[in-house]
Amino acid sequence: MDGPTVTMGVRHIGGQVAVVDIKGEVTAACEPVLMSAYEEAGGQGTSRLVLNFAGLEYMNSGGIGMLVTLLVRANRQRQHLAAYGLSDHYREIFELTRLDEAITIYDDEASALVGATT
Amino acid sequence: MTEAAGPERVRSAEQIELSVREAGAGVAPRNDAGRWAAKVDRLDVVQRDGVRGTNVAGRRLTGPVQGFGKMWQKTYRLAVGTAVTPEQAITTWKAHFPEFWPKGNRFAGALTGISPGDVALLDLAIGGGVKLSTGVFVLYADEESFTLMTPQGHMFAGWITFSAEGGPDGTVVQAQVLMRANDPLYELGMMFGGHRKEDVFWAETLTALGRYLGAPDLAVSTRTVCVDSSRQWRNASNVWHNSMVRSMLQTMAAPVTALRRRRG
Repeated sequence: MDGPTVTMGVRHIGGQVAVVDIKGEVTAACEPVLMSAYEEAGGQGTSRLVLNFAGLEYMNSGGIGMLVTLLVRANRQRQHLAAYGLSDHYREIFELTRLDEAITIYDDEASALVGATT
Repeated sequence: MTEAAGPERVRSAEQIELSVREAGAGVAPRNDAGRWAAKVDRLDVVQRDGVRGTNVAGRRLTGPVQGFGKMWQKTYRLAVGTAVTPEQAITTWKAHFPEFWPKGNRFAGALTGISPGDVALLDLAIGGGVKLSTGVFVLYADEESFTLMTPQGHMFAGWITFSAEGGPDGTVVQAQVLMRANDPLYELGMMFGGHRKEDVFWAETLTALGRYLGAPDLAVSTRTVCVDSSRQWRNASNVWHNSMVRSMLQTMAAPVTALRRRRG
């Protein structure tokens, strides 16, 4: 079986916010990559995690399930989860699965960072 | 075989910038358009023969975020051998989905099988001659998997993904549930026998599928992980939609309802 085609780079913005740039396919198979990125991003002092989906090419239901797992872990650490860069298609999927009720969606990075720091 | 684990720990990975399969290495990008259901706010229902068909129309979908109880990931797996490919296994599963359910339970879906956006009506045996009437929504479907999502009032808020994958010993079929009990009543029910009942339900389903596909061994493995041990008390009011309570009331009221219909 093919492995995941995804890369996740982590950028720290100030002391409390981290952005995870997701590029490629988000499926259940890329859970180790996402959780590793989360460990890097969600270190001490990070209270807000922003997921950048501008490079998202494909996502199946396993990928959505993995985001729920990430959400649980972030909540456990009292971290807020936000997202931006979603195409209309993926924004609809977030709304359909009602993930948008727990992960705040922004149009772009600037608004996500403003939202994350206010 | 059954494994149980407590709240899952964060897994380690060797690197952040991990790309197991190199992008652009001659593999055409996949496209998920048409595999996801179109967005719906509330469910529309087409009445179907053989089920009561209540407690679904007008309901909203519920994922784990909207549920009440502890969050569980339950995985049921069965090796079906080398005679069928993962795609063939999923095609069969989609086409004959209701036939693999344990006796006494009814799944009334579209005649065309399982397609994104379909709403199936369910009558589930809960004992004492009472049927729990609820439904499921086909959230996602492709050649190797499909996912059902539950509406308000269902026993749990979440989704079930049915998938198949190839391995060195042949094809393995899997049902994976990611769920929270929808309200405090269901949470109690899950604690006192509901989880066991659910394990039996999906083990019997996989066994029936495996038998149909000619699996050499019908031993189903079960793995249960508590993803989140906290309960979401803000969602306790979900109990208003509880389909079990409503189904009991509908069962008790059935003679009166039938009499009224006959007279009116």
